[in-house]
Amino acid sequence: MNNLRLKIGKFLKEILRMFLQDAEALTRYADHRISGNPASIALEAGIFFKAFGGLFLRDLRVLTREFLPFILRVGMQPLLFLFVFTFILPRMGNGNPMTVGGTGVDFGTILLPGLMAVAIMFSGIAGVALPLSNEFGITREIDDRVMCPVPLWAVALEKVCFSAMQSMIAALLVIPMARYIPAVPVRADVHHWFLFALVLVLASLLAGSLGLVIGSIVNPKQIGLVFSIIVVPITFLGCVYYPWSWLDKIRWLKYGVLFNPIVYISEGLRAAVTPSIEHMPWWAILAALFFFTAALGRWGLKGFLGRVLS
Amino acid sequence: MNLLIVEIEHLTKVYLSKQSVVALEGIDLELKQGEIFGLLGPNGAGKTTTISIATTRALPTSGTVRIKGIDVVKHPAHARRLIGVVPQFNTLDRSLTVFENLYFHCRYFGFSHGHAKSRSLELLTQFMLSERKDSFPQQLSGGLAQRVQIARAIAHRPTVLFLDEPSAGLDPQSRMAMWSAVEGLRSEGITVLLTTHYMEEADSLSDRLAIIDDGRVLALGSPEKLKATLGAHTIFDLKLRSQDGLEALAAKLRERRDVTSADVTPDGLRVIAASSDGLLPDLVQAAAGHGLRDLQITEPSLETVFIQLTGRDLRE
Repeated sequence: MNNLRLKIGKFLKEILRMFLQDAEALTRYADHRISGNPASIALEAGIFFKAFGGLFLRDLRVLTREFLPFILRVGMQPLLFLFVFTFILPRMGNGNPMTVGGTGVDFGTILLPGLMAVAIMFSGIAGVALPLSNEFGITREIDDRVMCPVPLWAVALEKVCFSAMQSMIAALLVIPMARYIPAVPVRADVHHWFLFALVLVLASLLAGSLGLVIGSIVNPKQIGLVFSIIVVPITFLGCVYYPWSWLDKIRWLKYGVLFNPIVYISEGLRAAVTPSIEHMPWWAILAALFFFTAALGRWGLKGFLGRVLS
Repeated sequence: MNLLIVEIEHLTKVYLSKQSVVALEGIDLELKQGEIFGLLGPNGAGKTTTISIATTRALPTSGTVRIKGIDVVKHPAHARRLIGVVPQFNTLDRSLTVFENLYFHCRYFGFSHGHAKSRSLELLTQFMLSERKDSFPQQLSGGLAQRVQIARAIAHRPTVLFLDEPSAGLDPQSRMAMWSAVEGLRSEGITVLLTTHYMEEADSLSDRLAIIDDGRVLALGSPEKLKATLGAHTIFDLKLRSQDGLEALAAKLRERRDVTSADVTPDGLRVIAASSDGLLPDLVQAAAGHGLRDLQITEPSLETVFIQLTGRDLRE
């Protein structure tokens, strides 16, 4: 137990050190910028945003070319899930087998934020990890974008932002599905729009960062394996199909899953979309989302730089 | 005006992996405005490493590269505005058409929509690619893809263009087309650094060239100057049946005024001479006693310069 505590302490210290290093590098960067004259700073900022915009437009062009496959890819899973669990099954059983945990809460209501979380996760990974691992592969297609007149981290950031946009579309698609497919319509009940927007954006950035980690660290040949041994387990154990608080009876799992970033996406959406269901406190969710986005983003960036710079 | 565009100083690179590999052992080069500069050397000489560092895709172990005075390690984003790169392999964006490859490249460099569009169309015409504008890179032949890559590399009007083995894998016809495309850049005032292991390419394209091997510059100058000062020699490779008494024969040949060197090789004898007049019949006669099987003569060229410098063939 002590050993484990030491290890966790060391891990946290290492992360803190990484962030401090980043902060220092950023201040140095800022110092360097500020010492230049205002006109040249404005010029450089202009070039930066134009190049970033160019990268974003490129991804948008590729996405529009594959818009239907994109919608099918992100929509199929929640569609089938809702159809089977909230349309077919309720019509089969006697009584109401789909009330879980004996609380009388409708399963569809529990499922809605969970399915949104899954949609965010999968499109985050499909939006960054898959294209990146291709572009890093034999063709090295990433080369031209790496040669953009922006710092390399901006190229990685653009990938994450673009995938976050896809994740948000995917998540929002689930809301009308949950309204029309289930036998009993499930309505999103958003009281705090600000919280909803914040959770949605943070969760999408988190999924993109995880995609960056996978895309830049994993060998393209093993990307399928990573899906089955990492992505699927963290999704299934991500409190998608039940709220975290219902894990009370399986305490080891309850605390074990706290290391799983998907838990905070599900719980965050639960707090924002279906607040009537028990969920973690919003401040803990936001803190965890921030932490995992920063840590995964940092890790992914390190991998990305390692891949493009020799 | 002899403005320096690229300055490479004491560049070294050691790749650290299981065993460290020294790729560059201190390269110094200077490229002047508007010249086409060739980097000639066998595979593994350090050509690609030099280009990778100069184009901000690799970090040097020590030394500096400056493009128009901008340090590429300290200010990579700024330096990238000044350089265009044609990498060794086809890195065209497979998800975009030929036109879009050029268009989005321009957008990455801050061009407006209209400006990027007109520049792309102009390049398509210049490189005779207009008909293929809606093709995807997978549908192009090697030669065409290479032309698109060159067009893309110069789209943002860089000061210096890096071409890494531009004719590797091209058929002779495409190679000629590529050469004329590079020649055409001269009129635009772009400085070009190209690497190659083809003698003819280095000889006919470059104004100046550096011969490099094992991460070091062995010789530097215009092709004519290199051939003249290094006394590009004729090389006679004799294949002999018998090895007996070859040392004595080599020693005897070395005494001749027109012979620069004569060495025993595993197959027979290699004689390097300033002129071949009168030497050939004597050689044949002298070698007859050793069972002459074959005689190969390499006329003075950059190839013979390279062999003289390194003792190795370029394509070994």
